[in-house]
Amino acid sequence: MITTMEEKPHVPAAPRRKKFPGWAVGMISVAGAVALLSVTSYMTNFPQLTSSGTTQTAVRLMLPILLAGLGGLWAERAGVVNIGLEGMMIMGTWGAAWAGYQWGPWAALVSAVVFGALGGLLHAIATVTFGVNHIVSGVAINLLGAGLTKYLSTLVFFPLSHNPRQSPPVQPFDTYSAAGFADWLGELESGQRLFISDVAGILRGLVTGVSPLTMLTILLVPLSYYLLWRTRFGLRLRSVGENPHAADSLGVKVYFHKYVAVIVSGGLAGLGGAALVLNPGQLSYLEGQTGGRGFIGLAAMIFGNWRPGGLLGGAALFGYADGLQLRSGGDTVLALVYGVVILLGVIVVYQLIKRKWFSAAAAIVVAVLLYLLYISLDEIPGEFVSYAPHMVTLAVLAVASQRLRMPAADGVVYRRG
Amino acid sequence: MGNLRGKLLPPALAIVFSMLLCGVALVISGANPFSAFGAMVTQVGKGSTLVDIINSTGIYYIAALAVAIGFQMNLFNIGVEGQYRVAAVVAAVVGGSIALPPGIHTLVIIVVGALAGAAWAAIPAILKVTRGVNEVISTIMMNGLAIGLSAYLIRRDVFGELRGNNIRTPEIPESGWMPGISFGGGGTMFGFLFVAIALGVGYWIMMNRTRFGFELRASGESATAASAGGVNAKKMILVSMLLSGAIAGLIGLPEMLGRDHTFSLNFTAGIGFSGIAIALLGRNHPGGIAFGALLWAFLDKSGLALDNVGVPREIVTIMQGSIVLSVVVAYEVVRRVELAAEQRRVGRELGTVGGAA
Repeated sequence: MITTMEEKPHVPAAPRRKKFPGWAVGMISVAGAVALLSVTSYMTNFPQLTSSGTTQTAVRLMLPILLAGLGGLWAERAGVVNIGLEGMMIMGTWGAAWAGYQWGPWAALVSAVVFGALGGLLHAIATVTFGVNHIVSGVAINLLGAGLTKYLSTLVFFPLSHNPRQSPPVQPFDTYSAAGFADWLGELESGQRLFISDVAGILRGLVTGVSPLTMLTILLVPLSYYLLWRTRFGLRLRSVGENPHAADSLGVKVYFHKYVAVIVSGGLAGLGGAALVLNPGQLSYLEGQTGGRGFIGLAAMIFGNWRPGGLLGGAALFGYADGLQLRSGGDTVLALVYGVVILLGVIVVYQLIKRKWFSAAAAIVVAVLLYLLYISLDEIPGEFVSYAPHMVTLAVLAVASQRLRMPAADGVVYRRG
Repeated sequence: MGNLRGKLLPPALAIVFSMLLCGVALVISGANPFSAFGAMVTQVGKGSTLVDIINSTGIYYIAALAVAIGFQMNLFNIGVEGQYRVAAVVAAVVGGSIALPPGIHTLVIIVVGALAGAAWAAIPAILKVTRGVNEVISTIMMNGLAIGLSAYLIRRDVFGELRGNNIRTPEIPESGWMPGISFGGGGTMFGFLFVAIALGVGYWIMMNRTRFGFELRASGESATAASAGGVNAKKMILVSMLLSGAIAGLIGLPEMLGRDHTFSLNFTAGIGFSGIAIALLGRNHPGGIAFGALLWAFLDKSGLALDNVGVPREIVTIMQGSIVLSVVVAYEVVRRVELAAEQRRVGRELGTVGGAA
C-alpha cells in the first residue's frame, strides 16, 4: 500500500575495516562511561552520580525500556515496523496484574507475555496477511490496547480495588543480593576515592536487590543476539527483513518468519509491561503507567543502530537518566550536562587528530553552549529530564542518521506472488 | 476506483464488524448488547449530548484534516498530538498576557496557535529534508517533548498559576473569547465550528483546485513520477508538514476560546491520535472525514450513557480501535478484490480483441 522509507536507497554501506570486535567496543564504551561519570562526580561534587542507590534504580527503570527495545528489534529485523509496542506493553501490564494478584509473580510474567503476544499476533495479521501499513496498524493497536485494558480493569479490578484505574496489589519477586561482596563494595564506596569508589558504587548497585526478572531480562539480550545472528532461524528471519523477495526465492517462509518475529516482539513488550507492574515501587497495574515507554524502547533500539548491544547501551543510558532524576533531582542531572561537555572535549581532540575540522568545530560550539547552560542554571527542570531519551534520540538521528543501518526492507509491505 | 460501492462498503463493514465484536464482548461480560447500544442512541436526545457531539465533531474534524494533509503524500505526521498541545499552551500564554480589542485578540490567539503548531512541526520537517530522518520516529519523540514542554510552561514559577486544585495558565480576558451559539439547557455550540467548516472547504479547494494540491496528491501516488514531473520533493515535504502543523495548532482552540479560556492540567489529550484514526476512516476526503469525526464524537459522548446500564464505557474505545483496524483491513481487501477483477476484465478484453484480429 504505502512505503515510508522510500528515500533510503537499497545499497549496502561500503564495508569498513573493523579495528575491534563488537564485544571489545562494548567493553571500551562501558569503561569510558564509568570513567566519565567518575570524573564528573569528582569535578561537580555529586557522589550520587555513581552511588549504588542510583544504579539500582536505574536498572529497575531500564528493564521495561530494554524489553520494549528488544521487542522492536525482533519485529524490525524481520522488516515489520512496530510502533504498537506501547499498546502491547499496556496489555502486558494488565495481564501481569491480573495473573499476579492471584497466582504470584511467575504467573504474572507468563500472562504478560501471552497478552503482549496477542497484541503482536493482531499486528502480524494486519500487516503480514492483510498488508496494512505498519504505522497505521501500530497506531490502531495503541488505541485498542489502551481501550481494552481500561475496559477490562473497570470490569475486573474495580470490584476488588474500588478504583477502576488500579489493580489489587501484586506479590513481588524475592530479590537476591550478593551480601558479603556488596558489603565489601559498600566500604569501598564510602571511601570516596576517585574511580575506585565510583566503580564500587555502580557494582554494588548491580549486585543488590536483583530479582529473577532482572536476570531474565539481561539474559534475553545475549539470547536474542544468539538467536538472531548465530542460528539458521535468525539468518532467515533477518533475510526476510532485508530482502523478502530474495528470501522467498531461496525457499524461506517469509510470512512464517514475520509472524514469529512480530509475536515474539509483542511478547517481549508484554514482559516489559510486567517489569513495570512488578517494580518494587509500584506492585500493581495503574492506568497510564507505561507513560510512552514503548516508544522509548523504540528510541533505544534506534540509538543502538538495530543491534542488541547498542540497544542495551541505549536502554541503560535512558534508564540511568530516569533513575538519577528520581533518586536525586534536577541539580544532579545538571551535573550530567557537565559530563557531556567533557565527553565533547574528548570528541573534539579525536576529531582534530583525524583532521576533521568541521566536526571538531561543531563539537566545540555545542560544548560551549552546553557549558553556558550548565553555569547559568541551578537545576534541570524535572519535566525535561523524563524526556531526555527523546532529545538524545533526536540528536542521534540528526547527527548520525546517515550512518545508522536499519534493515533494508523495514516497513515495506511484502506480498507473496 | 470510481464506484461508490467500493468507497462505502469498507467503512460499513468495519462498523458492523466492530459492533458485532463489542456485542460479543458485552455478552461475555454479562451485559445485554442491545440495551447498551439502545442506551447510547437514546442518550443523544438527552441534556447537552447532541451539542457536545457536534462540538467534539468539529475538534476531531480539524485534527483529522491536519493528519490528512500529510497522508495525502504518504507523510506520517504522528506528531499532531504534540503539535496541538504545544500550540495550545503557547496560545493560552500569549492570549492571557496581552490586551487587545475583541475580535483582534481572538484572531491573534488563533494565528499564534497556528504558528506555534507549525513551528513544532518544522523541527521534524527540517530533520527530514536535511538529514533524512524518518518523520514517524522524530514526531513520536516530539510528542514526548511536547508533554514535557507544556508541563514546564504551566509551572507556577514559569507562566502557570494555581487555581483550586488545578494548575493553569492565566485566564484569557473576555476580549479574546470566541462567542458560541447557546441552546440554553442544550449546551453551547462553539463558534470555532465555523472555522472548522471553512478549513474543510479550504482543504477541498486546495486538494482539487490548486497546483499545490495536485502536486501533493501526485507525490502521494508516486514520489518518483512526481519528481520526474518537476515536483520539488523537499519543498513539498516542508510545506505540507508546516501546513499540517499549523492546522494541528488549531485543535485545542475550540475548547480554549469557547469554554475553558485557559490551558490547564485538564487539557484534553489524545485528539491527535484520534485524528489519525479518523483520517484513515475517511480516506483523507473532507466529506469522509466529517463522517468519521461525527462517528467518533457520537461514540465518545454517547458512551457516557453506558455507565447507567452497568457497562464500562471504555467499551467505546475498544469499538473505536477495532473500527480503525478493521477499516484499513477492509480497504485493503476491497482493493485487492478490485485489482483482481480488473486484471480479469483486462485479460478477457485483450482475449476478445486478440480473437477478433
